Amino acid sequence: MARAVEELELGPRSEQWQPTDGRLLDVDDLFVEFRTRDGVARAINGVSFSLDEGDTLAILGESGSGKSVTAQAIMGIIDSPPGFITGGEIRYCGTDILTLSEEKRRAIRGPEISMIFQDALSALNPVFPVGWQIAEMFRIHRGTNKSDALDAAVTLMDRVSIPGARQRVKSFPHQFSGGMRQRIMIAVAIALDPAVLIADEPTTALDVTVQAQIMGLLKELQEERKMGLILITHDLGVVADVADRIALMYAGRIVERAGVFDLYRRPAHPYGEGLLESIPRLDQKGEELSAIKGLPPNLTRIPPGCPFNPRCRYAQDVCRVDPPPPLREVAPDRVAACHFAEDVLAGEAVRTDVR
Amino acid sequence: MSAEPIANQTPTKARGEVVLEVEDLVKHYPIKAGVFRRTVGHVKALDGVSFQLYKGETLGIVGESGCGKSTLGRTLMRLEEPTAGKVTFDGIDMYAQKGGAMRRLRRDIQIVFQDPYTSLNPRMTVGDIIGEPFDIHPDVVGKSGRKVRVRELLDLVGLNPEHINRYPHQFSGGQRQRIGIARGLALNPKVIICDEPVSALDVSVQAQVVNLLGELQREFGLAYVFIAHDLSVVRHISDRVGVMYLGKLVELGDEAQIYARPTHPYTQALLSAVPVPDPTLREAREQIVLTGDVPSPANPPSGCRFRTRCWKAQEICSVEEPPLIPRPDGTSEHDSACHFAEPKAVF
Repeated sequence: MARAVEELELGPRSEQWQPTDGRLLDVDDLFVEFRTRDGVARAINGVSFSLDEGDTLAILGESGSGKSVTAQAIMGIIDSPPGFITGGEIRYCGTDILTLSEEKRRAIRGPEISMIFQDALSALNPVFPVGWQIAEMFRIHRGTNKSDALDAAVTLMDRVSIPGARQRVKSFPHQFSGGMRQRIMIAVAIALDPAVLIADEPTTALDVTVQAQIMGLLKELQEERKMGLILITHDLGVVADVADRIALMYAGRIVERAGVFDLYRRPAHPYGEGLLESIPRLDQKGEELSAIKGLPPNLTRIPPGCPFNPRCRYAQDVCRVDPPPPLREVAPDRVAACHFAEDVLAGEAVRTDVR
Repeated sequence: MSAEPIANQTPTKARGEVVLEVEDLVKHYPIKAGVFRRTVGHVKALDGVSFQLYKGETLGIVGESGCGKSTLGRTLMRLEEPTAGKVTFDGIDMYAQKGGAMRRLRRDIQIVFQDPYTSLNPRMTVGDIIGEPFDIHPDVVGKSGRKVRVRELLDLVGLNPEHINRYPHQFSGGQRQRIGIARGLALNPKVIICDEPVSALDVSVQAQVVNLLGELQREFGLAYVFIAHDLSVVRHISDRVGVMYLGKLVELGDEAQIYARPTHPYTQALLSAVPVPDPTLREAREQIVLTGDVPSPANPPSGCRFRTRCWKAQEICSVEEPPLIPRPDGTSEHDSACHFAEPKAVF
């Protein structure tokens, strides 16, 4: 029988980080680029958002929109080279963590900000038992002794509903199913009770019935621990189910930031509008899907003007010539980066595409 | 047995003739172990699947990973030899054909694969990839007309015919999937098996490919077997839908019957688990969360295979396997394999 966590000597939790007014994270005008042989890929071009305690922010975008790179920048795990953070600040509880030493970053990564990856099989180490990998968090960050750390790992495996945790603590990652592996990764991520949890496509590789289990578990844990959750996904359905707020990304920029109900009722950016119209619905049978024409841009050659203009149904000359429109307030508590956001929001934007 | 149940249904749109008839298809893969590689068991990937495909219709096949839906696609193409069962195409027994006769038959059944990154040879130009079927079937289009035909096909799937000499890596995922579709169309098939054709694509691009498949179907009267795990896409494109679980069809019916009046508990759970892109439905929808994982197809449960995760399971479920027969769904009836089939709206 596992001992209660309180009885284990897990070492002290750092009291250094305290949010002011519930504000955990501020990302301010972040720029990231990757210097490759084919040129400089501008993955993130001025991204700003914030996260409060208990808040769920969904970063929504397609592949290449920069959503995963944003998460990696916050975690401080961008491969450099080729990746470089060229501007902006990431403030955790008021401190710009980009200026901290690697040693201090390491003390944040795990106990304060933690992350779940898409592919649990490659995120977990195949040659160590899962219990050992969960216990590692306590041993390294808290200096807990081996047996107490392993007991804590069993408790955590129980918490994420892995049946027979005590028996399976010595099993290896490949001996678990995809859903169970994802649970183990969640156990690693929440081990030290982080204030911010970043989930990068946590259910993309899973079947829908398992996806429902995992999303339910994440929601439960968040409520239990008042975590701020950043959910990175391309799945509009998952976002509608769990998010409070949405940041919609396109070509390394946030093009709209709004509450989940506002955005799904009526997007203020043409990209969001196109995206919502292009997905088939399970609860309705439609005729033709309204696809967004063209392709997302190559990040080494982002088109001049608004990056979305070649695919936009409302694009005018100003969109092609002027610098990318900045995010501006278009309604209470929502911002969008489009010259015609008000018109799009009112459903009065003029279509300029010939059909 | 599969003939009568379908005839009993009230069709939503007039059905044409049957192009593909699948009867009791079985595919078992041996599990080998030990020094002498002895067969110690079988993975029962397909365990008795029967259905009919009508001319010009789309039959969606849905199910979770490991349910056998891709094996079904590969066996229908005869990329895998079945363990037992029969597939009749236009009255011809497919698995009895050899050599030239089989090659001629393949002309009529083509496949589009899931991964546009690995299903195209990186060393061949797009023109060679799409033209390759004509090497094997020179009587369809001769050497002289090949280039013209390839350009036509490129144009048909919405690619620039000028790009005939480019290589696959010069195209995006969606464009590559169009190349795969063009290759599938090259021999004017009657049936195309689409194995997760849009799963690897971004949503905005996915819609383009789904629309393209619809247009091509209307233009050429193609019949699709559309295999996918995304239930929303399947609903969008399909006329009829079959739901698979552990190598068996558990429910089969018109799109409206499956999505609006599902009677099998597995279908109901599957549908309720799909997140709907509408936050206002958050509280309104009842989610049936299944516990546990899909059992191993090497050792499926006795009786009904879904019983280990089913909330309705009773004594009879472990003893007697429920047949896939028409069962009432409220307004009509459609095929369902559950002793306790009962319609339930999940939205």
